Amino acid sequence: MAFIEIENLSVAFGRSMALRGINLSVERGEAVGLVGESGCGKSVTWLAALGLLPASATVRGSVWLDGKDILGAPKARLEPVRGGRIAMIFQDPAASLNPVHRIGRQIGEALTLHRRMKGEQARAEVIRLMDQVGIPDAKNRFNAYPHELSGGQNQRVMIAMALAGEPELLVADEPTTALDVTIQAQILDLLTTLRRDTGMAMVLISHDLGVVSETCSRIAVMYAGRIVEEAPSERMFSHPSHPYTRGLLGSLPPLTGPRQRLVAIPGSVPEAARMPKGCAFAPRCGLSTELCTDVDPTALPMADEHNAACIFAKPYQADIHLVRDRSAFIRERAMQ
Amino acid sequence: MLHYVLSRLLRAAVSIVMVVTFVFVVLRMSGDPATVIMGADAPPEAIDAFRKAWGLDQPVWIQYFAFFEAVFSGELGRSMRDGRDVVAVVLERVPSTLSLTVPAFLINIAVGIPAGVHAALHRNSLIDRCVMVMAVTGFAVPSFILAMLLVLIFSVNLGWLPSAGQDSWLNAILPIATMGFGGAALLARFTRSAMLEVLGQSYIRTASAKGLPWPAVVWRHALQNAAIPTITIIGFMLGGLVAGAVVVESVFSWPGVGRLLVVSVANRDLAVVQAIVLMIAMTMVAANMVVDVLYGLVDPRMQGQARGARR
Repeated sequence: MAFIEIENLSVAFGRSMALRGINLSVERGEAVGLVGESGCGKSVTWLAALGLLPASATVRGSVWLDGKDILGAPKARLEPVRGGRIAMIFQDPAASLNPVHRIGRQIGEALTLHRRMKGEQARAEVIRLMDQVGIPDAKNRFNAYPHELSGGQNQRVMIAMALAGEPELLVADEPTTALDVTIQAQILDLLTTLRRDTGMAMVLISHDLGVVSETCSRIAVMYAGRIVEEAPSERMFSHPSHPYTRGLLGSLPPLTGPRQRLVAIPGSVPEAARMPKGCAFAPRCGLSTELCTDVDPTALPMADEHNAACIFAKPYQADIHLVRDRSAFIRERAMQ
Repeated sequence: MLHYVLSRLLRAAVSIVMVVTFVFVVLRMSGDPATVIMGADAPPEAIDAFRKAWGLDQPVWIQYFAFFEAVFSGELGRSMRDGRDVVAVVLERVPSTLSLTVPAFLINIAVGIPAGVHAALHRNSLIDRCVMVMAVTGFAVPSFILAMLLVLIFSVNLGWLPSAGQDSWLNAILPIATMGFGGAALLARFTRSAMLEVLGQSYIRTASAKGLPWPAVVWRHALQNAAIPTITIIGFMLGGLVAGAVVVESVFSWPGVGRLLVVSVANRDLAVVQAIVLMIAMTMVAANMVVDVLYGLVDPRMQGQARGARR
């Protein structure tokens, strides 16, 4: 049984649908990448699962943890899960730490909550965690405030805080987006090492396919509040089936070969309040037909563990050459 | 740190000098004390003699330097009305004013902050709406109108409380209520918006995601951050403790510093007005310094700035 299974999760803010039926499961110890453009619902999925959305959000569906639905569960049941079983780290580490509390205290808070540690014992464990996440001179940094540390150091503090509850799943929500490129790589390495050492599962939320492919064994691509394609990482790159995934791959700069202009996906994401009928990607899709604007596609199996939500996606059909052909196609379309 | 404190003190001194200078010049340009105090129909010789006695026949800048010389030797002058030392005249009114402003200040804090926090935590609820209506009313209605309204209800119609004077503690209730309501409304508004701002911050989400129960998130993570803008308003209120009751004291004929100020301005009792203004400026500056210290206590980033100023 999967560690956590999100089933038909939908979230609406007023009349805007932020999520339109998400199905996603994470196995114990697994690393899953969640990829998509800003606003496609990557973060909302996990905030909703942990009950962290404001009361104005309408949340439907189920989130199964150990065979129990935790969606909309009472606080007393959710609070031990938050940080204790599923921890989250966020995009902007400096803003995610309380500016008026010392970092040692902020990490220690999670220890007290989930492992009932206090005083000297908690302090020693905080320093051990800070060491583990690679904060130099942890003993002295214990009393530092977030504004006295760099962005990368603050993200390490966030990670230490997340590890404090010994979670089974770490949801890393764009953990490197606000950081320098060199620091990005360090943080990703750290996450990989920690996952290996602790055996915890990880969901890496990112808008960057490259970041995700290095770290995760499985990737789910989201578009406009829905998962449009889900596959093991290598397969996602070798056999992308959904036109949106192919578009994303086409916009990755190749590391070898001659320099060439990158292909952008034309148009922009539909507004959540004005979702088109049929497939949400149809207005931007080079392959769309009348049928696409009529039928809202569901996820179809392409291969083992590979699903795509496109009525034209066919098993084993696409390969990397097709991606290039398709890039040319999109380019022509964009020029018209 | 020493450099920081010294620069603050220097700035404070400059502000005080500017305020006092402004008042000094405006008072002398806007009316002649001699004619006001002696009466318009006094004989010209008497008026001349009065001017000479108080140095008013000198050019303004000579008067100004004479005034500052006197201030630095601790001599603030004598009341033109009764010749008493102005320090004594002013100081004897201070307890009377504080007996209104201190209770009002405590009400402001005890009512305004919890009301603002509660409203923010229950945004758009009935209580939030009520607090906001009260807050906007308290903000928009001038205190003298509120004062007269209270007099109309509790003195004229119900006859429960006296409308003016200082005969017993009952007289203090309406003025304290007037100031307490206005200040609490102001503080509630600022506290609410500060709190709403803080509740929308990422670190609040982090605290919740960590598994902290909501009351602990509010107490440990939100309140201290929301205190930062609120302290600014409390600073203004602190500065107003000594002379912030000008209007209310006038409406209720309360013999405090504020009323003395109004009467002295009307009478052109220059030395008294100057002494009061000097005192107001000094309390304001002192309140500002208290605020700076409080900022440092509440927000570690401010300590960093203070340390940075040393370099």
